[in-house]
Amino acid sequence: MNWTLLLEQTLNGFQFGILLFLLAAGLTLIFGIMDLINLAHGSLYMMGAYFAATFIKWTGSFLLGAILAIPACMAFGMIVEMIALRTLYTRNHLDQVLATFGLILFFNEFVRLIWGPIGLDIPLPEVLNGSVELFLGIRYPAFRLVIIAVGILVAFLLYLLVSRTKLGMLIRAGASNRKMVGALGVNINLLYTFVFGLGAALAGLAGLMAGPIMTVEIGMGEGILIITLVVIVIGGVGSIKGAFVAALLVGLIDTVGRSFLPDILGIFFSNDVADTAAPAISSMLIYLLMALILAFKPQGLFPPRGA
Amino acid sequence: MKWSPRIIFIVILMLGLGVVPLLADYFGEPFYTVMFSRMLILSIGAVSLNLILGFGGMVSFGHAVYLGIGSYMVGIGTMHAVEDGIEWMANGFLQIALAIVFSALAGLVIGAISLRTRGVYFIMITLAFSQMLYYVAVGNEKYGGDDGLSLYMRSDFNGLIDISNDNSLYYLNFVCLLLSLYLSHRLINSRFGMLIRGAKSNEQRMRAIGFPVFRYQLVAFVIAGTICGIAGVLSANQTEFVNPSVMHWTHSGELIIMTVLGGLGTLFGPVIGAVAFLFLEEFLSGITEYWQLFFGPMLVLVVIFARGGIDGMLVGLDQWWSRNSPVKNEEVD
Repeated sequence: MNWTLLLEQTLNGFQFGILLFLLAAGLTLIFGIMDLINLAHGSLYMMGAYFAATFIKWTGSFLLGAILAIPACMAFGMIVEMIALRTLYTRNHLDQVLATFGLILFFNEFVRLIWGPIGLDIPLPEVLNGSVELFLGIRYPAFRLVIIAVGILVAFLLYLLVSRTKLGMLIRAGASNRKMVGALGVNINLLYTFVFGLGAALAGLAGLMAGPIMTVEIGMGEGILIITLVVIVIGGVGSIKGAFVAALLVGLIDTVGRSFLPDILGIFFSNDVADTAAPAISSMLIYLLMALILAFKPQGLFPPRGA
Repeated sequence: MKWSPRIIFIVILMLGLGVVPLLADYFGEPFYTVMFSRMLILSIGAVSLNLILGFGGMVSFGHAVYLGIGSYMVGIGTMHAVEDGIEWMANGFLQIALAIVFSALAGLVIGAISLRTRGVYFIMITLAFSQMLYYVAVGNEKYGGDDGLSLYMRSDFNGLIDISNDNSLYYLNFVCLLLSLYLSHRLINSRFGMLIRGAKSNEQRMRAIGFPVFRYQLVAFVIAGTICGIAGVLSANQTEFVNPSVMHWTHSGELIIMTVLGGLGTLFGPVIGAVAFLFLEEFLSGITEYWQLFFGPMLVLVVIFARGGIDGMLVGLDQWWSRNSPVKNEEVD
């Protein structure tokens, strides 16, 4: 066993988990409060990456571009919510799945029309491009550390927002009984639009941070959307705490599994079998985890109260 | 049976599907035979999905998995037959039998776990299972992995039917579609079907009456998967190519779209939906390269405004017809 590699992969898994959390937090909030399955959440992630790539090119500054991309993504999400999704809140899940699937098709073509079929890349500034020595000579890419730091900071801010502010109180109230919140004189439509915008901003943030690591391309949101759905289902749909735990769990298992499963299988089977079976099994790991968890806890790890 | 615009439309559609190869040959456009062949195969898939989605209310987001299982039975069998000279593996009857066995098994396992959950969890767990099998296919280098398998020959039905000809494959597909429609007609009108439909509208009550709802739903889930597995066998023969993308979640989504577009929980709805979906795809992509730019919003509009799908509109037309037909009005007066 290579310990340096293990540490590196654990950090990578952590970083992936953080990205998943940023997506899952928005998705689970939207589901918990508006009771809406939003398959187009991955498209918001994609839009975040494309906005960032464009703004960074315009402004010539990574930080400025990134800062501009988040409100742009938020505004974009709010517009989508007002035009297309608002009528879907009272519909059944099947209708929501279908309509948001339609939105995915639309956004993919929209991006292809505007930005062209070829992927973009987001160049990193010098400061973030290098690697940092952690300890004992183990080096780790600086940008990935930034992702982890930003993610933890956002998770903390989100926690403060939801549990310590008046707005957070409304969000929690909306999640447990929206009719009552409306009856108490809260503009529930505005609250919904805001929550959706918040989710979009988080997805955009994930997208712009994933941009420099992976490529910015059409359909980049779909693969990660499915994993995010797995995360929120494992965590318990509607629970931010569940999303956080599940995101880290899934990120770690997926990343570490991919790099160490061939070795682990090699202990039990011949190398031949291990080499052919490992890629398939490691891509299946998180789905197996989900099936296992749902078989025992059909409501996920942290079922939201009142469900 | 009373003739109404809806019935006339469905009769014309089915008769039309029956003569497509003849017309295509007459006009010298064999391309249409292939295109409609695809419609028939996806119709079978949508009809099977409709059994659990439309009549049973189980939103399975992984139905394309069975298409994949059926396809891979053909792909793997044909590969061994061509490369290793094991001729019996290209036998179509065997491939269909294997597709039935493996689809049923997959349906049993997926259903047994998924049906313990409800609502959004059910949607997600069926999706997760389909992704799992998708990755199995991607990771399996022996059978093509990501690139898939090209079929150098179609399945061999002991000389009974020679499907190397597109027209005879078309009629095989057509007969299979008719069989699946007949089967689903018999199923949904049987005691079994009443139970499944009852569980859709009020599961708690069905259980309170004393029916083991879970078992019935599981059987329905397995039957739907099995029919779709057979569609997979046909699909692989049609395209002469098998790759993992047939199981991709977007493909499962497309099957749901077809079913809903045509009309959920109606016998012919899925057929109408599959034909309409592929027509739209063909038509829109002929006009513009960015056809999904129009197809996506169209889907949103169908969901928001046309809740019964195309079949629902036809029912509306029927009502309008019976209101405005002179004979009826006299009776009312």
